[in-house]
This record gives sequence, structure tokens and C-alpha cells, in this order.
Amino acid sequence: MSAGAIDASGAVGQPRRPTRSRPVALARRRGVSILMVTLTCLAAAVAVVPLVVILVYLLKQGASALSLSFFTSMPKPVGEAGGGMANAIIGTLILIGIASAVGLPVGIGAGLYLAERRGTRLANLVRFLADVLNGLPSIVMGIFAWQFLVRPVGHFSALAGGAAIGAMMIPLVTRTTEEMVRTVPQSLREAALALGYPRWRTSLQIVLRTALGGIVTGVLVAVARVAGETAPLLFTALGNQFWSTKISQPIAALPLQIFTYAISPYEEQHAQAWAGALVLITLVLVISIVARVVTRARLGGGHD
Amino acid sequence: MNATRKLPSIQGSVVADRIYRATILFFALCVPLLLLLIFVEIGRAGWPALRQFGGAFLTSSRWDPVQGEFGAAPAILGTLLTSIIALLIATPLALGGAIFLSEFCPAWLRQPLSFLIDLLAAVPSVVFGLWGVFVLVPLLRGTVMPFLRDTLHLGVTPFFTGPAYGPSVLAASLILAIMVLPYIAAVSREVLMAVPRSQREAALALGATRWETITGAVVPYARTGIFGGIILGLGRALGETMAVTMVIGNRHELSASLFAPGYTMASLIANEFSEATSDLHLSALMAVGFVLFVITLLVNAVARLLVRRVGEVRA
Repeated sequence: MSAGAIDASGAVGQPRRPTRSRPVALARRRGVSILMVTLTCLAAAVAVVPLVVILVYLLKQGASALSLSFFTSMPKPVGEAGGGMANAIIGTLILIGIASAVGLPVGIGAGLYLAERRGTRLANLVRFLADVLNGLPSIVMGIFAWQFLVRPVGHFSALAGGAAIGAMMIPLVTRTTEEMVRTVPQSLREAALALGYPRWRTSLQIVLRTALGGIVTGVLVAVARVAGETAPLLFTALGNQFWSTKISQPIAALPLQIFTYAISPYEEQHAQAWAGALVLITLVLVISIVARVVTRARLGGGHD
Repeated sequence: MNATRKLPSIQGSVVADRIYRATILFFALCVPLLLLLIFVEIGRAGWPALRQFGGAFLTSSRWDPVQGEFGAAPAILGTLLTSIIALLIATPLALGGAIFLSEFCPAWLRQPLSFLIDLLAAVPSVVFGLWGVFVLVPLLRGTVMPFLRDTLHLGVTPFFTGPAYGPSVLAASLILAIMVLPYIAAVSREVLMAVPRSQREAALALGATRWETITGAVVPYARTGIFGGIILGLGRALGETMAVTMVIGNRHELSASLFAPGYTMASLIANEFSEATSDLHLSALMAVGFVLFVITLLVNAVARLLVRRVGEVRA
């Protein structure tokens, strides 16, 4: 923020002499250039390979175990083929609901604060800490939630799991809300204030409503991210082999179920794990793609 | 008449404004409070173990829940080792990809290709783990490890020796490399795209080739931000839990060989937390979590400061 930092960075960015002083054959320099450009192209191609490979495996392994009953029936006992993850799918939806109830008000509120009090010391600190919080290892959030919400109560619960992943949504929602509120033209705010709107109504009914589309997109991205979180749920939501929708009880979740089945020794459960992963990744990717398409349409495709 | 009726409503709105401001201030304060609460709660829970073992908690490699002795050195070193190997693999690919996308990529391909790389970051950790367990680990065991050890004769070094179990430090590092790649690539791309055109034009006008323009004029300008992106990737790698837990083999020994199983701080917690029977064992795991929390906090803070400075130059 200070001018000093900008100067320092600017100094770092001083261009070096782009051409070497000793005479090098132009052909050789061109050759090196072409080779390196090709290598960067190759690097970009290689960077896409893992996603493609993982998706292909998920489709290949998961599709065979996937059927309508996967969504409607309960897990079969060990050793029996078939069955489904109806309880885990409902569980994940419930956990997302709790997470949203925890994360959205805080995230949107904090985002509004950052946008409205932009430039103040507190706003800068909160923005910085939100970014730091965004990098918090999910397992740390898991043991924190256990210590804070499970240990005092004495039992695992969907509520603790939902709160843990809800806390992980906060930094994402905060930053998106801030960015989106900042795109609302100042003139709109001024017009509302000139008409005699109180500040709070201007913020909530004019500014927030204008930015709502973008915020919803950001919320979707946050939901996509926490929907696949496993580590924060290990010691909070715990998982459940039975049908449960009580938020005070342990609850099944898709990522937990995939983890349990993946490390189990039974073939039938491996197949279920692949099917579960296919469902989970479809959920996550569809949300991500929808969010991206909506964002691009909104920003005219130019940005990001 | 009208004015007198308006008056209370303006006063009401002043109160409402105050309530509104207090509310968003409260939500904003939730972010620092949450971090503080995590710090205090986990620190408090880990304190008994930290107090009992002191510095030995970080340096001892004896982790024995039965005897009640806890030293987290193998897990701490395992975390650092896997993360650094992951960065060594991911950084050239991510940076190369970012340079291609920002400098050489045809305009029609830039958006879709960037999006595909970004999507990799959306894949849940447990899905990487599943793929790691059933595809990567068998591939390493059957093909890659024998190839590295015997065909390439890397077995003469201490790093590629021993039986090829499959679940190993190598498997964890490879999975981590894939997982942090999109983060480094995204930040690098943003930073490179923010380098002013004049920087490139000046280099080209001086007769630099396309590649010399990159190494001489573009990358030096973006250096701080790229470094920030790599550190950000490091932060992700250090704390990554599920995928690593599923492929690293979970063993309390640190071997020089990448073929040997190992542990990371995150996988240690994930693996032993629900089985911890004694209070001291639980406290030791909390202490590991505390160490991990402090390290990632510092790493992320540094990364954000570096990346932010670039953002400010651009603005």
C-alpha cells in the first residue's frame, strides 16, 4: 500500500538487457527461442493431462457401478455388491446447508465491510487474514472443530461438520463479495443516497442487489469447494452407515464414504467408491462450469 | 406536515445505519477472531505434549503411543520433503504453462486452456486420493519404480533404493505436484498477464528473440508475483491431507529412499486422531496440528504479501 513498496517492486522489475553482449549466431538464438516456446507449449499440454486422465478413469470405473439405485438405496453390508449412497448424498446436502447458514452471512457481511471501508487499516488487515485463512489446511479446521464443537458436547454431529466446512467458505465468500460489490458503479450508490435512501438500504437494496448475480456465482464456487472436503468432516460429522437427517447426530457424507470405501479391502466397496467419486466430481465440475460461464457472460468475457 | 412525519424516519434511519455498520463490522471481525480462536484452542489442546517434550517434540523421531513418547520429526520432515519435491515437479510445468498461456497461446485457445488447468484445482482431494490408490500407486509399483531403480540404475543412489511397495513418499509427492500445479499456474499467469506491453515491446525492439524477451524482460518484472505463487503452492502442499494420507503409506520412519513409506503432519493427524486413546496421544496430535497451523500461517502470509505487492503495482 505504501509508496515505498511500489517503488521497491518497480525497481525489481527493471528490465535486464535483453540481448547478450557477446556475439551469438542469430540462428542459434532463434533456435533456442523456438525450442523453449515449444517446451512451454508442451508444459501447458502436460498440465492438462492429469485432469483428463482422472476424468477418464472416473468415467470408466464409476459408470459401471452407477445406476438409479445408487441415488435411492442405502449402502449394502460388507461383501454384497450393489447398494447406493442415498444417505451420503442427503448428508452432503444437509452439510452444505449448514455450512451455508454459517458461512454466507459472515462472508457476505465481511465482504460488504471490506468494500465499504476500503483502504482503512482494519479492512486491509481483515482482507489479508481472509486470504491467510483461505490457505488454512483443512485438517487443522477439522481438529479445531472437534476441539471446539465436538469435545465439549461429547458426541459427533452434523452440526459440527457443517460448521467446520462453513468456516472454510468464509474467506472465499468474503473475497468474492468484496470484488463484486466493488464493481457496482459509485454513481448508483450516489443516486440512491441523493434520493434520500439511508445508507443501510442503499447498501443492501441497491448495491448488494446489483452485485447479487456475481455473489451467487462466488457462493457456488465456495459450495463446490467445500462439497468435496473430507478432512474437516473426519472428526466432526464422522460418517454414518444408516439413514440420518438429524443435525445433532453423526451424518454420512459423500467424500467420507468415498474415503472409507477406497481404503477398505473389498472389491464391491471399491466400485462404490468410484461411483461416489463420479457423482461428487460431476457435482463439483458442473457447479464450477456454470459459475464460470455466468461470470464470463456478466463480465463480457474479457476478464479472467 | 409531510416534513414532520419524515423527521422520525430520518432519525430511525440513523439508528438503522449504525446497526447496519455494527453488523458488517462484527462479521468482518469474525475473520481475525476465527484465526485467533483456532490458534488458542489448538495451542491449548497441544500444550500438555509440547510442555512435556519441549524441543524434543520437534527433533525426536520416536513416536510411541504405547510408551507415551512423542517426537514428530519424521512427520515434519516428511511434510517438508513431499512438499518440496512436489514443487520441484510442479513449478517448471506450471510456469511453462503460464508463460505459454500469457505469451504464445492463440487467443481462441487461451480461455478454454486456462479453464481446464483451473478446473484441476476444483477436483476434491479425496478423488485424487482414490485415483492415487487404484491407478498411480499400482503404476509406480509395477512400472515406474523398477524402471527408475533398475533400468535407469538410479538404485545406486540412496534415493531410489529398496523394495517398491507402491505407497511411498514418491507417490505422495507426485499427487501433491498435480494438486498444487493449478495454483502456481493460475497466479503466474495472472502476474505475467499484468506485465505491461511496453516491457515486451522494448525487448523485441532491441532485437531480442521471443524467448529472450520472456527471460530478459517479462519474467524479471513478474518475479515477485511468481515467487508468491510458488509459495502459495507450498502452503497448499504442506497442509494437503486426504490424498497424501491415502498414498504415503503412513509409517513413522524417515528413510532417504523415496520408495519408502512415510508420514506427513496432516496424514499423521488424519490417521491417528480417532484412534488416540490416551490424553497425551491426543495432545501430541493437537501439537502436530499446531505446528502445521503455524507453518502454513507463515507461508501463506509471505505468499500473500508477495502476490499483493504485484497487484498494487498493477492497480
